[in-house]
Amino acid sequence: MAETLLAVRGLSKRFGGLLASDRIDLDVVRGETHAIIGPNGAGKTTLIGQLAGDLRPDAGAIRFAGRDITRFDAPLRSRLGLARSFQITSIFRDFSALDNVALAVQAHRGGNFRFWRPARDERALREPARVVLESVGLGARAGVLAAHLAHGEQRQLEIAMALATEPRLLLLDEPVAGMGLDESQQMVRFLGALKRRITIVLVEHDMDVVFSLADRISVMVYGRIIATGTPPEVRSNAEVRRAYLGEDATP
Amino acid sequence: MAISRRTIVLGVAGLLLALVPPIAALTNQPFYVDLFRRMMIFAIAAVSLDLILGYGGMVSFGHAAYLGIGAYAVGIPAFHGIDNGFLQWSLAIVASALTALVMGAISLRTSGVYFIMITLAFAQMLYYLGISLETYGGDNGMRLAARSKFGGPIDLDQPMVFYYVVLAILVLFLVLGGRLVESRFGMVIRAAKSNEPRARAIGFSPFRYKLTAFVIAGGAGGLAGALLANQTEYLTPEFMHWTRSGEIMFMVILGGMGTLVGPVIGAVVLLLLEDVLSALTAHWQIILGPLLVLVVLFAKRGLFGLLLGAASRDG
Repeated sequence: MAETLLAVRGLSKRFGGLLASDRIDLDVVRGETHAIIGPNGAGKTTLIGQLAGDLRPDAGAIRFAGRDITRFDAPLRSRLGLARSFQITSIFRDFSALDNVALAVQAHRGGNFRFWRPARDERALREPARVVLESVGLGARAGVLAAHLAHGEQRQLEIAMALATEPRLLLLDEPVAGMGLDESQQMVRFLGALKRRITIVLVEHDMDVVFSLADRISVMVYGRIIATGTPPEVRSNAEVRRAYLGEDATP
Repeated sequence: MAISRRTIVLGVAGLLLALVPPIAALTNQPFYVDLFRRMMIFAIAAVSLDLILGYGGMVSFGHAAYLGIGAYAVGIPAFHGIDNGFLQWSLAIVASALTALVMGAISLRTSGVYFIMITLAFAQMLYYLGISLETYGGDNGMRLAARSKFGGPIDLDQPMVFYYVVLAILVLFLVLGGRLVESRFGMVIRAAKSNEPRARAIGFSPFRYKLTAFVIAGGAGGLAGALLANQTEYLTPEFMHWTRSGEIMFMVILGGMGTLVGPVIGAVVLLLLEDVLSALTAHWQIILGPLLVLVVLFAKRGLFGLLLGAASRDG
């Protein structure tokens, strides 16, 4: 089997009486797109939060690219190559689209203690940002204030920011949430092209999106991963069907 | 567009400030040199607060602490016969910056109301420390023994010279501040203000940059305090009172947060209103209060925003 990029062992997180993560084991192999599915409240976002470093697990360990990152905070994980998108679109609304991406470039280039030169004149930040912005199809919208972008464009911008950090692993929390059909299909096409270049962990409710992108799927129910496998394996798993997919989810 | 509205506003404002002393001399109203110098000193304090409030989203309610520290950094050495301005003003900047370092290192670990309360508490602590300094006048304060001495043509006892020294410092600070907020460093603190979780997710650790900005603002506030002591030739713990912090914050909001120039306009307008209204009635704050409420309600981007017009926006 190929090299494991992200290894989660025994990850547990409790909120009061709710066990949101219950001894989760998860391996993400370099190059794969690994979807995490499950009903609402299964603990998917809590898991993403712990992977990204926003939440501290109560127990367990996370290894990323051979390092134990369990105690690393979110900025440090990002600088190590772990990028994310948020379930609710999270961008710098009062900056232009290009500014947003240039900030992500800057975050990984360093030099944040430079006080004199205008950052918007720095080719070293603007050029890579422009390339990434064009790659997600927002090239023509570079100068637009992020708040004024359409919802779908804002989601694309968020992914552009993640990509600008040149990540080794991309955590996507419901990338097509709230999108119309056209926007959603466009995003799936984009991610389909992207998945050849980068390892992706994808949390998504839309089963069409999951089954068209995922190489492997892990199914979460009540904070536990009850099954992991290829899409056909998961589709035919009796426990998964009972717990989650239901009859109507079968295409 | 050839010349932006912003450039015109800045040019006119700068020219007006530079022309105050000759006009005051011509009209035989030396009082205005004093008043506008006071305005510019508060403008420096307000601009320094704007750096962290308007650009960094740090609602510091203790900014007057630096005014007091800066003033005492001039007053105490002067009391002991040390009147070297370079020494006094350096001390004012360094002591304020160190205070900001301590205050920021603690308060920046919190946010929202807690941040406001901790900065307020720090400033009040220093206010009471000032009151307890019996040697230096306690709560009555003390006269400044002599204005800071720099030698050569820079003689602060000459009202005009002092005026242009303050104007030069204000302009220099605006230029430096303008560079800072557009630099990589400035982009980090602005990004953290705009959306801190996102800033962290792309790899910024905002704390150290916010703390640095906090320290820079503190140092500049201390310099304003050193100027203020020379202006009033008197220093009292009142410089550090929380109402003074509120006043500086109001200058920033009135003029326009996150614009640097706005706080200068805010300082000028607020002190002008105080001057005009207090001549009318002893209860001038009853008039000032509602006026300020109206500005906050109807000019969200402050007076500078009104001057720039609806179309332009600081991105």
